[in-house]
Amino acid sequence: MNYWPLLGIAVIVIGFLLRFNPVPVVVCAALTSGLLAGLTPLALLALLGKSFVSSRLLLLYVLTLPVIGLLERAGLREHAQRWIGRLHGLSLARLLTGYLLLRQVLAMFGLTGVAGAAQTVRPLLAPMSEAAAEKILPELDSADRDEVRAIAAATDNIGRFFGEDVFIALGAVLLIQAFYTQHGIELTPLSIALWAMPTAIAAFVIQSVRVWLYQRQLQRRAANMRSERTN
Amino acid sequence: MLRVEYAYWLIAAFLLYAGLRNLLERQGWRALFWLVLGTLFAGGDEVLSQQAAGNALPAQLAGGGVILLALLAPQIRRSTHTENASREHRMQSAIRLGHRLFVPALLIPVVTLLVALFGSHLSIAGYAVFAKPQMTLTGLALACVIALFAASRVTRSSMPEGLIEGRRLLDAIGWAVLLPLLLAALGEVFTQSGVGAAIAGLAGTILPTGSALACLLAFALGMVMFTVIMGNAFAAFPVMMAGIGLPLLIQQHGANPAILGSMGMLCGYCGTLMTPMAADYNLVPAALLELRSPYGVIRAQLGSALAILAATIVLMYLFVFR
Repeated sequence: MNYWPLLGIAVIVIGFLLRFNPVPVVVCAALTSGLLAGLTPLALLALLGKSFVSSRLLLLYVLTLPVIGLLERAGLREHAQRWIGRLHGLSLARLLTGYLLLRQVLAMFGLTGVAGAAQTVRPLLAPMSEAAAEKILPELDSADRDEVRAIAAATDNIGRFFGEDVFIALGAVLLIQAFYTQHGIELTPLSIALWAMPTAIAAFVIQSVRVWLYQRQLQRRAANMRSERTN
Repeated sequence: MLRVEYAYWLIAAFLLYAGLRNLLERQGWRALFWLVLGTLFAGGDEVLSQQAAGNALPAQLAGGGVILLALLAPQIRRSTHTENASREHRMQSAIRLGHRLFVPALLIPVVTLLVALFGSHLSIAGYAVFAKPQMTLTGLALACVIALFAASRVTRSSMPEGLIEGRRLLDAIGWAVLLPLLLAALGEVFTQSGVGAAIAGLAGTILPTGSALACLLAFALGMVMFTVIMGNAFAAFPVMMAGIGLPLLIQQHGANPAILGSMGMLCGYCGTLMTPMAADYNLVPAALLELRSPYGVIRAQLGSALAILAATIVLMYLFVFR
């Protein structure tokens, strides 16, 4: 067994720990592993180029940028914030939990590309969450704003990940089934998908509780500020 | 017929436009970066078809392009173009346009959804409108085009203004756009170099194989660790399955394969939430949302990821050996 290609992983870890720009770090790791595995430089270049262009669909989200840019210049974020500010029943926790549920259910039906950081979080969910947080604590500083936006993005990711595994005709389930078929074990996709359900429920409960705890933390801070002001 | 390749051409055109604009503004490094990336997108289909036909030269050139991009990336700072409209202007416009602003934004998910659900039934004069592979993503690209029309109608601005705004956001994301593609390429190189097999070999030599619980923990945590390193649970799964899951848990300890496979993969997903290597889920959103720390999204996810992982391991231990 040739253990030398493992040094590629060491390059990644060291590069990230030293906070180098990740782009050259990743390319260096690929070159390290490939060369240590005995690939010729030309074969390695071809492999790198071919794999890069094969995953072009990962950049599809940039097509949303002109739309988002145009709408944001015309006040999309300001409008989303004003609107949420006027809706009295809609708290931060309810907004994010509702979105989480919607995202999980959509992903369970295989509709993962419908929402996402570019499609829904930046133009809609993030400004709405900021407005909902502002209703609780009007003195949000920029670190708080960053945290609220990050929680919105996290909720989107968690909803997607722990919904899509329940869908029978998509990547993960088919990959698992294909692995077993190669090794002589026949399973139906449904039997695999079904066992993603307990974790899907756990993920929904856990993220909802964490969002609710964050909201309570904001409420406590708001209450402290009010009592300081009255004293 | 609409194919996902058309979307790549649209992206290429947008990237080349961003490059030329930067060139006009004498931002040389940034211009070169977008021009090289745009060329890779435009030539991608040619690279793949030539490679399939046995000609490796275009793929080698593309590999050279990737290395050039890696050298350029540290040269370009994340740009901070000032927003073209003032806050008061945006506020007035928001009050005037109201809910109409939501329509183009919602058109993106709605049109994508419609194509995903009904695209395969749509045909004109006997020809299918959408090609089968990647239909949802083809739908997403179409949705973006339709939404751009709608947005320019609603905001009474021209489509080129959309390009200007889009390019401003693209420059703000900067080199982070590359990471998802590079990490996918890295995963491919790791697989071809036998990195996975080497890890499985190492794990086999140090694990107390007689204990079912020890094997299960090694499998679950191995899925997490390997996903954290590779940024992708799909890359970790075959390695951990072949190394620990199949020989030790299923064949030796009689684990249920459906449960082991499904929940093992989900342990990997918890790893995806924790790692900067999963750039498209963790670093790109941080850049898109203009967070000051690139790790802000990971920090927000870490607690949930650990709790979901713990729940999954407990569930797996309860059900997998029954």
